[in-house]
Amino acid sequence: MNIVVLVKQVPDSGAERNLRSDDNTVDRESATNVINEMDEYAIEEALRIQEAHGGEVTVLTMGPERAGESIRKALSMGPDKAVHVVDDALHGSDALATSKVLAAALGTVNPDLILCGAESTDGRVQVMPHMLAERMGIAALTGARKLTVDTNGAGGATLTIERQTEEGYEVVTASTPAVVSVWDTINEPRYPSFKGIMAAKKKPVTTLSLADLGIPAAEVGLAGAYSAVVEHAKRPPRQGGTKVVDEGDGGVKLVEFLASEKFV
Amino acid sequence: MLDLDSLHSAEELEIRAVVRRVVDERVRPYVRQWYEDGTVPVRELAVEFGKLGLLGMHLTGYGCAGASAVAYGLACLELEAADSGVRSLVSVQGSLAMYALWRFGSEEQKQRWLPGMAAGELIGCFGLTEPDHGSDPGAMRTRAVRDGADWVLTGGKMWITNAPVADVAVIWASTAEGIRGFAVPTDSPGFTAREIRHKLSLRASSTGEIVLDEVRLPGDAVLPEARGLRAPLSCLTEARYGIVWGALGAARDCLHTAIEYATTREQFGRPIAGFQLTQAKLADMAVELQKGYLLALHLGRTADRGALRPEMVSVGKLNNVREALNIARQCRTILGANGISGEYPVMRHANNLESVLTYEGTSEIHQLVIGERLTGLSAFR
Repeated sequence: MNIVVLVKQVPDSGAERNLRSDDNTVDRESATNVINEMDEYAIEEALRIQEAHGGEVTVLTMGPERAGESIRKALSMGPDKAVHVVDDALHGSDALATSKVLAAALGTVNPDLILCGAESTDGRVQVMPHMLAERMGIAALTGARKLTVDTNGAGGATLTIERQTEEGYEVVTASTPAVVSVWDTINEPRYPSFKGIMAAKKKPVTTLSLADLGIPAAEVGLAGAYSAVVEHAKRPPRQGGTKVVDEGDGGVKLVEFLASEKFV
Repeated sequence: MLDLDSLHSAEELEIRAVVRRVVDERVRPYVRQWYEDGTVPVRELAVEFGKLGLLGMHLTGYGCAGASAVAYGLACLELEAADSGVRSLVSVQGSLAMYALWRFGSEEQKQRWLPGMAAGELIGCFGLTEPDHGSDPGAMRTRAVRDGADWVLTGGKMWITNAPVADVAVIWASTAEGIRGFAVPTDSPGFTAREIRHKLSLRASSTGEIVLDEVRLPGDAVLPEARGLRAPLSCLTEARYGIVWGALGAARDCLHTAIEYATTREQFGRPIAGFQLTQAKLADMAVELQKGYLLALHLGRTADRGALRPEMVSVGKLNNVREALNIARQCRTILGANGISGEYPVMRHANNLESVLTYEGTSEIHQLVIGERLTGLSAFR
């Protein structure tokens, strides 16, 4: 089975994150950048499917030059190769433009299965799997907490997921090719092994530009975005809390506070 | 402070990051209890470490990762930042037992043992020290005699890390043809390993006493390439190299703990980190720690060039363990009474380092090795 995992480099959600003052996009230069956490689960799932059914696992990343660090880290977990779409004109692309680029890049690999994290910690819009499926005319199985692959012997497979919902889960199936997005409940990602780390730098990484994909620069990037962030401001620092002094009526005051804040 | 990370390759830093993560997730939350209880889940840890490629990571082939000496050193540092006993587990498996088989074993012995040991499914130990022969292993009493095609081993080994849980013991014995090494399956009749209890140091490490009561081994159990005392001593040089780095980990953990404590602990109305005496201690410790790091890194780069000599490792072990122990003790003074509490790692590290100070060659032996190098006169041979 030919599997592609979408891997995004994002600013570490555990550290301070900023928007740029000049164009209001995510500041990726000064941030500590890491692999989007949910994508590690997608990589792990891809490797497990490869171990069970064979085939090849390719990492696909769209991002600036330095996203190459995250590609190498992803490869150190075990995937075979990577495709890196890098082009200065991509800066500031919105989700629609990103899906256009990724769909074109996926076309160069022709995967049976596309795996990705359910959301990225910087964008958090959760639309990419749907957009990709729509553009490619294939099924989207989103928000999986479990994925079962039943191969049909002819190179394809039936995919069954348990989709996590607020109330419980739904069982959804589709035939390959398909996009599957996963939550962090699906598995426990492996640590990169030392052999994996040392082998990662020797694995092939294909670099593709917009020209390679036949996409005009005007259709992507800040200029091509359907929406734009006009301005941004830092969240104001927390105000000091309210102190409730217990004069025999502390319990009542606490409940009043909780009720006024709509906690109860 | 000195931007020492800039001296490393991206690959080295990645290997360090993975070890740090595994230690944070699989060792740190539990090690205090292991130490308290005097037990450690050697097999579970070995499998976990084996998955990473941590066991025998600096060796090549037979399932070993083939990493650089510097990467191995960084791994030792991160492991010992959690506990010297856990680093000892890895040192003994990789640098003593696996290295001995890898360097001196036959192809059959390597095929039989090394892949399983690299994966952490088989545990190895290394029997050189005896109850009455520590610094002077050449005078060992354990004997191996030929009986037809077989060898028969009789004697005892003491202070053998991992022995109670080991599947294979590399045993050094005196023979008619000098000191030879043997790969001894621990289920061989006559082989017993008793856990040494009541230790006040390295409590998160399994330590054993081995008794060899006429253990009969086939002729091919002898390590064909190991002849004379130089063979086991070369294994010790390997393990000592890991200690040069590892001790820095214990010291770093103590120093971080002391800085954290001193900046939050208030006496006389302000944090004790603001007192000049505390700052002098912290500064001196940070300086020693970084000097030790530069020394370790120099030895590592020298090893990766294939030019590391035993006396160089003696310099590293003598300095880094001695200074690490000084740092641990000094940090204890900053923590005051809390320094002796198991709530903090400082006393545990200090107690562990008391063992590290004397195992794999005491400080005094290393002084004599360096002294011999300087003067050309051996003080003990």
